[in-house]
Amino acid sequence: MKPMVEITNVNKYYGDNHVVKDVSFSIFDGEFLTMLGPSGCGKTTTLRMIAGFEEPTNGSILVGGENVSDKEPFERDVNTVFQSYALFPHKTIYDNIAFGLKMKKVKKEEIKERVTEMLSLVQLEGFEKRMPSQLSGGQKQRVAIARALINRPKVLLLDEPLGALDLKLRKQMQIELKRLQKKLGITFVYVTHDQEEALTMSDRIAVMNGGILEQLGTPDEIYEKPKSKFVADFIGESNVFEARVEEVQKGALSLRTETGTVTAKNDACVQNEIVYISVRPEKLQFSEKEVEGFHLTGVVKEHIYVGSFIRSIVVLQNGFEVKLNRLAGSDLPPVASVTNLYWEKEHAVVMHSRQHQIFSLIDNVDLGEHYETETAL
Amino acid sequence: MKQAKEKIIKALGKIHAGLILLFLYLPIMVVVVFSFNTSKRNIVFQGFTLEWYGKIFENQRLLESFKNTIIVALTSTVITTVIGTIGAIGLYKYKFKGKGVVDALMYIPVVIPEIILGIALLSIFAIMKMPLGILTLIIAHVTFSIPFVVFTVRARLNGFDPSIEEAAMDLGAGRIRTFFEVTLPCIMPGVLAGAMLALTLSMDDVIISFFTTGPTSTTLPMQIYSMVRSGVSPDVNALSTLILVGTIAVVVITQGGLFSLIKTKITKKKI
Repeated sequence: MKPMVEITNVNKYYGDNHVVKDVSFSIFDGEFLTMLGPSGCGKTTTLRMIAGFEEPTNGSILVGGENVSDKEPFERDVNTVFQSYALFPHKTIYDNIAFGLKMKKVKKEEIKERVTEMLSLVQLEGFEKRMPSQLSGGQKQRVAIARALINRPKVLLLDEPLGALDLKLRKQMQIELKRLQKKLGITFVYVTHDQEEALTMSDRIAVMNGGILEQLGTPDEIYEKPKSKFVADFIGESNVFEARVEEVQKGALSLRTETGTVTAKNDACVQNEIVYISVRPEKLQFSEKEVEGFHLTGVVKEHIYVGSFIRSIVVLQNGFEVKLNRLAGSDLPPVASVTNLYWEKEHAVVMHSRQHQIFSLIDNVDLGEHYETETAL
Repeated sequence: MKQAKEKIIKALGKIHAGLILLFLYLPIMVVVVFSFNTSKRNIVFQGFTLEWYGKIFENQRLLESFKNTIIVALTSTVITTVIGTIGAIGLYKYKFKGKGVVDALMYIPVVIPEIILGIALLSIFAIMKMPLGILTLIIAHVTFSIPFVVFTVRARLNGFDPSIEEAAMDLGAGRIRTFFEVTLPCIMPGVLAGAMLALTLSMDDVIISFFTTGPTSTTLPMQIYSMVRSGVSPDVNALSTLILVGTIAVVVITQGGLFSLIKTKITKKKI
């Protein structure tokens, strides 16, 4: 697949505020890529730099192989759907959708044809003469999409387009957007802070935090193999432990957490390295007896019946609350009893913390002491 | 008992409202009524005549001053509206050092006593050796009405979504095209309100005009002022009545327009 958008070493400063930090990634032709992250993570700024509303402080942005870094928004082959819809309030729906073609001086007959085509694409036939203020939120959003698509852009940028809609309409529009994207084959770059939305719609997800691109991968990879503590925490639910590698065996790691010993699959770890271990609540298990490789006990705080599963909370010695999801009907230890916890070693994801580099640089560091201060779980 | 009390209160309210209206409109009514009076003196109504209205159109100086007023008002309104609108957009869009100071400075011409502004303008024109006339009058009127346009346009801009402009640029409109296609239509009500303010301010200004006008560029308010020095004559009454009718017509048209605009907005929201 050839890349449609190439972002290379892009930085953005607002004064001293470094909002996008050396971000590089490619977006393939025809792909649905979502930039996901909490507010202020730099996702919208990155999108606005692709659109041309913001200029990167340094780095380059290529669209369709052409460097657009210093081009005006009206010179780029990309179009945007705004969170606030940004429909022209003084123009009819027809004139709103026709705007892009009018700017390109397309002939009136062709404009009419293509507007009609767009209106049927977003299922708003017969709305030509209405004003934007006469439409509901969902209808406005469709007009905004039609208006952005009529220019047949190489890339469609969507900045939290469903943020202002209620949940039911949101779900419906998610499906519609995905359908549109498949039908038209246009590259979609979608910005959202809603992880569920990102997981259901995207071909790939770029998780951003604090201006850094934390991980780029398919929804499956992001969920099953988070590369950082942030990604594990942000996508879905997870229990994240901080641990030190005690022993590296063939294919397995023995790790020491603040409250006990655990085991995980080896993933290029070295002895004494500080890592994070992420275990999804559905992968954690109870055991009456100690399981080989594990010494992790806690007190059962409560069982909450959620419907298809039971959510259990177990409190470790240091007060950390571990979440477990067990199928309804399975055997559960009684509340207030002490239980052993374990997981299949391939179900734990080991993430390198950025700390081990510091450790390897400084000799004779008292690991134990450092370890205790860092383990604030 | 209670009903009677309520009746009295209601009646008192009506009397109160009536008195206020009387207080506001009685002087104006007097002017209108006596403009049709055959007697030269504003004391007793002796009989109906349109003679004074005819006389207005024979008074060359009056007609001349009316022409001056229209020229000054229209020219200064156009200039003021353009400068004020651009200024408001600049203040709204850009952040720069000393913006707070500029904001505060905008208010000063509004609160400053007119007589001081008049003297200040006169001395500037004297220093620059500009002969007083229509040109200095226009400059003076532009000076004092710019802030009013800036305020009304800014008020409108505060409710303006900047992504609407971005959307236009995103769809291929250049900056100038974006301004005329999108920004200007959106802030038009503010621009028009500012222009109306500037027009009325210019049309009835006496004090500043008094300092900045030349012998050949007397405006209507100043002409009327000089005419009433020797007592209010019926032709002044007639002229005032004509101006009154003109003003009411303008108010009805613009307010009517405004009302229908508000009405459609409300009904649209309901849908």
